[in-house]
Amino acid sequence: MRPAWSIIFFTSISGLGFGLAAWVVLGFIDLVHPQQIFGVGGLVMLLIGAGLLSSTLHLGHPERAWRALSQWRSSWLSREGVLAVLAMLALAGWGWHVFAIGTPPLWANIAAALLMAVTVYATSMIYASLKTVARWHHPLTPICYLMFAAAGGLLAILWLQAFLGQGQSNAFELAVLLALASAWGVKLVWWQIAGANGSGSTLASATGLAGLGEVRSIMPPHTSENYLQHEMGFVIARKHASRLRLVALGLGGILPCLLVIIDGGSAMGIGLALLLHMAGVFVERWLFFAEAKHTVSIYYGHQH
Amino acid sequence: MTSLPEPSAIKLGLVIDLDICVGCQACVVNCKEWNTSGYGAPLSDSDAYGAQPSGAWLNRVHAFEAGTGADAKVVHFPKSCLHCEDAPCVTVCPTGASFKRSEDGIVLVNEDWCIGCGLCAWSCPYGAREMDPAEGVMKKCTLCVDRIYNENLPSEDQVPACVRTCPTNARHYGDLGDPNSEVSLLVAARGGVDLMPEQNTKPVNKYLPPRPRRAANDTPMSLLAMADEATPSGFWKWVDSTLEKLG
Repeated sequence: MRPAWSIIFFTSISGLGFGLAAWVVLGFIDLVHPQQIFGVGGLVMLLIGAGLLSSTLHLGHPERAWRALSQWRSSWLSREGVLAVLAMLALAGWGWHVFAIGTPPLWANIAAALLMAVTVYATSMIYASLKTVARWHHPLTPICYLMFAAAGGLLAILWLQAFLGQGQSNAFELAVLLALASAWGVKLVWWQIAGANGSGSTLASATGLAGLGEVRSIMPPHTSENYLQHEMGFVIARKHASRLRLVALGLGGILPCLLVIIDGGSAMGIGLALLLHMAGVFVERWLFFAEAKHTVSIYYGHQH
Repeated sequence: MTSLPEPSAIKLGLVIDLDICVGCQACVVNCKEWNTSGYGAPLSDSDAYGAQPSGAWLNRVHAFEAGTGADAKVVHFPKSCLHCEDAPCVTVCPTGASFKRSEDGIVLVNEDWCIGCGLCAWSCPYGAREMDPAEGVMKKCTLCVDRIYNENLPSEDQVPACVRTCPTNARHYGDLGDPNSEVSLLVAARGGVDLMPEQNTKPVNKYLPPRPRRAANDTPMSLLAMADEATPSGFWKWVDSTLEKLG
């Protein structure tokens, strides 16, 4: 599948935003002064908003994007849009409550955090629900998205704690390290098993010609690349896939963990760790698309 | 509404005879011609006269080779929307632009609502949908909904453009929901198949596999051997024997 930059940016940045939002509403950062409430709240809204805005960039008609909120009964893309709007409203309401009244009751905080998690789940299900892409159509796909949102959010909390001069506990640092390790652990498993058996479709089943023997493509239906090949026949990444996985793991997992261990107290060190982590997640998300094979490529003679 | 309707009694669709199709591309061209001026935005091209011409087409003809050795067979394979009963392209649509008609099962795109996100094309296992490069909306086979119900056309033209134009009669159009329709009887007689049945999309369109062919001889007779075996008569017998004497 073609890795569109707008979609890579959308899934990574809004994932980080929702992850951070969940930990913020659960009280992992002390918001005392109004400027802290508006600063942290603004940062979260910026991350989520930038991601959602980016997701409209690849549309043929961005001005009609509001229509995407209508089909939540059947479409995961629509559900994601509705949930994202609800999550941002909930976050704004939560911030207002903290500012005007004080910390909301625990049940409200937990409900808000769950809303963030469900939104990330809906993002992942846009891809995981597609039977045509065997690699995505796997129960671990949503777990990967949720784990990266949670780990990135925790790392961002650690950075905010250092940035705002709030005390950090070793236990929290350990939690960040565990979250990063588990996220990449799940991803390593996903790389091994998701879609490993292909889509179940073959050129024989795609053409109904099984009775004639082995089927081969001898001629494409056109003289140059078409939309289907451009969009779903992306093959450039595959030969570098294993090296890029190492780059993703190194940037997104190993280096941030080392920085947290070595320099866990400084805003500079953890800020760098967060930037590296996001760079790693970008590479991971790029591979998520670039490595995925679509059943239509069978008609163009690709093995599946 | 992108939830799928209850399966309709009438299921309009195509039956494509892979035994007959010669890959002439006439259906491809007539499809483009009709649909660039019919339902929705024109079917545009990009770089049409340049080095990398591309464009939106609703019907494309692949060519496959099946079998090995002397039994190998070239099969021309037209592919367009199969108007699936369980159409994943409909349920993934976030706007309600992609829909399946409850009255006849035709899958269509409301181009005024389409945001051009491309998710329906990703969800289709067959590659039946293509984004229009100029209009930014999704295009697909409409089963020529603007022909088949168009009473201003002569009755013989009230069929999809691809069916009307096929010079070999490899394409058939009709109601596959009626077990006694001509197309249903054809499918039953010829053992028509679904494409990628394992994707559980329940396509309405059916493909008729090539009829079984007499197996080729293990050792095909060469032309020289045929010439040796031939026994000339009359004038050629005289030429033959005279030349033999000379040699």
